[in-house]
Amino acid sequence: MPEIRVDETRCKGCELCTKACPKSCIEMSDTFSVTGYYPAKLAKTDCCIGCGLCAQICPDLAIAVWK
Amino acid sequence: MELVNKKPSSLVDIKMHYCPGCGHGIVHRLIAEVMDELGIRERTVGVAPVGCAVFSDDYFNCDMIQGPHGRGPAIATGIKRSQPGCIVFSYQGDGDLASIGMAETVHSAARSENISIIFINNAIYGMTGGQMAPTTLIGQPATTCPKGRDPKVNGYPIKVCELLSQLDGARFLERTSVSTAQGVIKTKKAIKKAFQNQIEGKGFSLVEILSMCPTNWGVTPLQGLKFVDEKMMPLYPLGVFRSPEQEGGQK
Ligand SMILES: Cc1ncc(C[n+]2csc(CCOP(=O)(O)OP(=O)(O)O)c2C)c(N)n1
Ligand code: SF4
Ligand code: SF4
Ligand code: SF4
Repeated sequence: MPEIRVDETRCKGCELCTKACPKSCIEMSDTFSVTGYYPAKLAKTDCCIGCGLCAQICPDLAIAVWK
Repeated sequence: MELVNKKPSSLVDIKMHYCPGCGHGIVHRLIAEVMDELGIRERTVGVAPVGCAVFSDDYFNCDMIQGPHGRGPAIATGIKRSQPGCIVFSYQGDGDLASIGMAETVHSAARSENISIIFINNAIYGMTGGQMAPTTLIGQPATTCPKGRDPKVNGYPIKVCELLSQLDGARFLERTSVSTAQGVIKTKKAIKKAFQNQIEGKGFSLVEILSMCPTNWGVTPLQGLKFVDEKMMPLYPLGVFRSPEQEGGQK
C-alpha cells in the first residue's frame, strides 16, 4: 500500500496537503513538532493511493511519497 | 517500496524561510525540477529579486545573482548577451516586476530578450508588510489602502500578461496558479516551456503565477487558496496569452 511520510522538521502545518488529497487521508497532528507547528500526518491506513498531489502543493518539500 | 518524489538536485536541501502556505516555496521547487529535467543546472544563472524571494540565491543550486529592486530583466539581459550559452531566468514579485521594474519588464519584452521570467503575482507587497501592489484587487485591503483599494484614489490593477501581449517581442506569455495541485502541475509545464523557448532561442518568455501570501492577506493558508481561486482568477484569467507557435497571435 502506498504511503506518505511527513518530515516534521520541515512541515509548517499549513494544511494545504489536506485539501489537495483526493482521498482525504491527511489530518493535522494534535501535538507540536520541534519547530512549533502542528504537522500533517497520514491519518488513515489503506487510504493513500500514492498519487502525489499532496506533495505537489506542499510549499516546504515536507512530504515523501512511497509506493 | 520506492520513493516517488525525490527532491530536485537543483534546490539546496535546506529549509526555506517562507511563511506557512506561501506560494514561493512551491514555485522554487518547480523551477528546480525543470532545471533537473532539462539538464541545465550547471549553465543556469538566476536573478533573485528584492522581495520575499531575496534569499532565493541560498535555495537554488545554480549560479545566482541578487539584483536591485525591479532590475531583474536588465541584469538578465546583460548576462544573456555576454554569456549566450547560459540559461538565464529572473524571479520577481509583483511589486518588483509591475511597479518599480515596469520599464525593465516592458522593454526587455519589446526587445524580445532571450530570457525567462518567473513572475509571482500575489497581489501585495509581501516582504515590506502588505502595502498595495499594482496587482492588488479593487476592494482588497492593504496597509496603504486599509479600507480596500479604491480605483478613484489608487487606480486599477495591472494585468501583466494582457499588457505584454500587445508587444510583438513577447513570445511566450502564460498565466497559471499554484492554488491547487493540478494548477501546480500546469505551472511546471509553463515554466518548462519558458526555459525550453530560451534553449531554442525563441526570445522573451514570461510565466505569471497566481500565488498565495496568507500572511499579508490576513487569512489562513487554506483561505489563501480560496482567495486565489475566487478573488484573483476572475480578474486574472489563466491561459496562454502568446506562444511562439501562434506567431503574432494573441488570445
Ligand atoms: C529601490 C528600492 N525601493 C524599495 C524597496 C523596498 N521594498 C522591498 S521589497 C518591496 C516589494 C516586495 O513586493 P513584491 O515584489 O510583490 O514581492 P513579495 O515580497 O510579495 O514576494 C519593496 C517595495 C527596496 N528594497 N529597494
Ligand atoms: S499521495 Fe495522494 S492519496 Fe496519498 S496522501 Fe498524498 S494526496 Fe493523498
Ligand atoms: S502542505 Fe507540507 S508544510 Fe503544509 S501541512 Fe502539509 S506537509 Fe506540512
Ligand atoms: S509575506 Fe507573503 S510572500 Fe512573503 S513569505 Fe510570507 S506569505 Fe510568502
